[in-house]
Amino acid sequence: MENLSLRLTEIALGKKVRVVELLSKGLSRQRMLDLGIVPNTIIYVLRRSPFGDPTAYLIRDTCIALRDDEAENIIVKDL
Amino acid sequence: MGLTHSASTKQGLKDLFNVEKLKEEDCVIALAGNPNTGKSTVFNSLTGLHQHTGNWPGKTVVNSQGKYSHKDKDFIIVDLPGTYSLLASSVEEVVARDFICFGKPDVTVVVLDATCIERNLNLLLQVLEITDNVVACVNLMDEAKSKNIKIDIEGLSKELGIPVIPTTARNNVGMNNLKDTIYDLCHNKIETCPVQILYPREITEQLQILTPMLSSIFMDKINAKWLALRLLDGDDSIINSIGKFLEYDLKT
Amino acid sequence: MNLKDDVKIKEVIEKSKKFRAENNENIRDTIVESIYEKAEDITRKTVVKDTERLLSQQRIDDIITSKRTGIPIMLLMLAVVFWLTIQGANYPSEFLAKYLFWIEGKLGLFFSYIQVPLWLNNLLVLGVYRTFAWVVAVMLPPMAIFFPIFTLLEDVGYLPRVCFNLDHAFKKACCHGKQALTMCMGFGCNAAGVIACRIIESPRERLIAIVTNNFVPCNGRFPTLIALSMVFVGVSFSKTSSSIIAALMVVLLVLIGIGITLLTSYTLSKTILKGMPSSFTLELPPYRKPQIGRVLYTSIIDRTMFVLGRAVVVAVPAGAITYILSNIMVGNLSILSHAANFLAPFASAIGLDGFILIAFILGFPANEIVLPILLMAYMSKGSMIQFESIDQLRGILLNNGWTYLTLINTMLFSLLHFPCATTVWTIKKETGSIKWTILSVVMPTIIAIVICFCTTQIYRLLW
Repeated sequence: MENLSLRLTEIALGKKVRVVELLSKGLSRQRMLDLGIVPNTIIYVLRRSPFGDPTAYLIRDTCIALRDDEAENIIVKDL
Repeated sequence: MGLTHSASTKQGLKDLFNVEKLKEEDCVIALAGNPNTGKSTVFNSLTGLHQHTGNWPGKTVVNSQGKYSHKDKDFIIVDLPGTYSLLASSVEEVVARDFICFGKPDVTVVVLDATCIERNLNLLLQVLEITDNVVACVNLMDEAKSKNIKIDIEGLSKELGIPVIPTTARNNVGMNNLKDTIYDLCHNKIETCPVQILYPREITEQLQILTPMLSSIFMDKINAKWLALRLLDGDDSIINSIGKFLEYDLKT
Repeated sequence: MNLKDDVKIKEVIEKSKKFRAENNENIRDTIVESIYEKAEDITRKTVVKDTERLLSQQRIDDIITSKRTGIPIMLLMLAVVFWLTIQGANYPSEFLAKYLFWIEGKLGLFFSYIQVPLWLNNLLVLGVYRTFAWVVAVMLPPMAIFFPIFTLLEDVGYLPRVCFNLDHAFKKACCHGKQALTMCMGFGCNAAGVIACRIIESPRERLIAIVTNNFVPCNGRFPTLIALSMVFVGVSFSKTSSSIIAALMVVLLVLIGIGITLLTSYTLSKTILKGMPSSFTLELPPYRKPQIGRVLYTSIIDRTMFVLGRAVVVAVPAGAITYILSNIMVGNLSILSHAANFLAPFASAIGLDGFILIAFILGFPANEIVLPILLMAYMSKGSMIQFESIDQLRGILLNNGWTYLTLINTMLFSLLHFPCATTVWTIKKETGSIKWTILSVVMPTIIAIVICFCTTQIYRLLW
């Protein structure tokens, strides 16, 4: 089975993934870094909100909600 | 060049940071931490009703100060805005960084959330690059307990090289311990030896070149290694900040 | 002296610029990665966490804010909170009413005993005191109950979940995500909601949040909405089920308010407050066990003191003015009636009457005095009635020509009209601009007028 790199938005609920790289630039990227989203960070995909967006993730022991337009810039690897 | 660090004199503190010392011997404490760590609870627990809010000069960020007395000393405590880091990408981060670096508080207390220490260490480690006089306050210990999180406080203290005080500010647990430690650090009764962040080889090599150069310009007014990192990070505005805060008395 | 001109410093800056160029400007990433590596290292050695436990605690939210249950549960919560407020307020209201109006009788006797002239006696007792008693008996209990419940919800940590549920709607309306939060704060008090907007850094989005905060009914407007809902529901249901239906009506009004908030924000951000939406991070901290005792105690006491204080400072003069205006005759009508007649054509076009408009205008200092003033104006031949029951209230309104249209429009107008004086003053302080303060007063009022006008036309067409 190939080890595909996917966007975080493509990961199903309940999965655990590892960050491969960040595609966003500038302030958006800085915010990701501030939250501790750097390569090799583990992320758990928790739940989607009633309208489908944002999605709640468990990142370094904190539950954080990210909108799809931010999460799609995080490339991850399924674990 | 005539650079002096008058930013930390009584008048400097008032004009540049809107922080008021009542007596010259008062100790100034900076309170930093991520948002949602119970920092305000710690602040309120220490200062009670003796607090007031204003603004940081020239900014729309709120500045809360308070005071308390412990043993024979008075302490002014400045509640910095909650920030995730000090890499200066927002006005709050600039305010917090400027105060810790140029306001030269006698002690900086960094409040950590016991339930997510790893992420909170981001800010703490950055603070340790600027100043050695730091106390880590691990708050929300009751929450950690209910989540089955066990923290080896002594081990943490050894790893970080600074005093670490567990607290549950909501219930006033650990606050006296915190006050004692702040007192001791203010009076140089504790030696800290902060942990250093290990950077990759290329960066470390550059730091070894730039740090002595900066050291010779600014002497011990600023942590030269930290300044070199800021420049390598692309923060040219830091030089302007230095000019503003350190040359203060040359203007008057 | 510009430090940057110093030769040695220039050299250092040049060197660092060169290094950055060689490394594709990616230094920030490397620095942050190094920091986290260290953080992970330290944590690994000193902290033992229970990730399974952490994940299982997330289940609560999985149930409460899931795709299917998120919004229904939120609506249910809202309904339950209002129902608790309505039910809970009944008993204190009755008790306070009996007690305070008993005092009133004694007061009147006392004044006549010490030979206070009749006109002054009536002014003080039937005008001033009765208004005060009305506010305390009818308006205070719901406020003193709603506010602590709201504070408890806040303490527990539910508000970020509301943000999570509604974020998409706010994003579509071009609002900042935190506006959902500031909007929620407005339920407690619009002035507090405006101050809460400080958490929005972008000035443009902060302004939108400030100016639209008014569309969410504050603590002071709830008693009016609740009382009118109860009147609307009427006597045909049993006491308990009528509270439930009244609660649902208030929920409906709140939803209308939220809808208007989103619509107005969208319009503003496409017209006079154009700009790019900024991003933000929503953290969902774990639920905290609220310190129920402490919260209930401080917020009930605080709120009660605050409302009592405002009753004295605002309701008393307003009551006096209204009494005077409705008892000084010019020709064969009171001044108040003249004013009401003057406003009548305009009022009727939007399904209200002159007295209602005057009551809203006089209620500018504090929303909770609108209903008492209206009732006093209606009873202007005499004075305020003593509060006995909702039925009695209904009777008075019917006697003064109220229809279902009047009821609905009064509720809508109360929901949407200009903010109270405290809020306006807070807006001026927070924005520092007269222009935006005026907008925040004029815009909601115009919207209220337009909507009432529309409902009037629809009602008249259908009936």
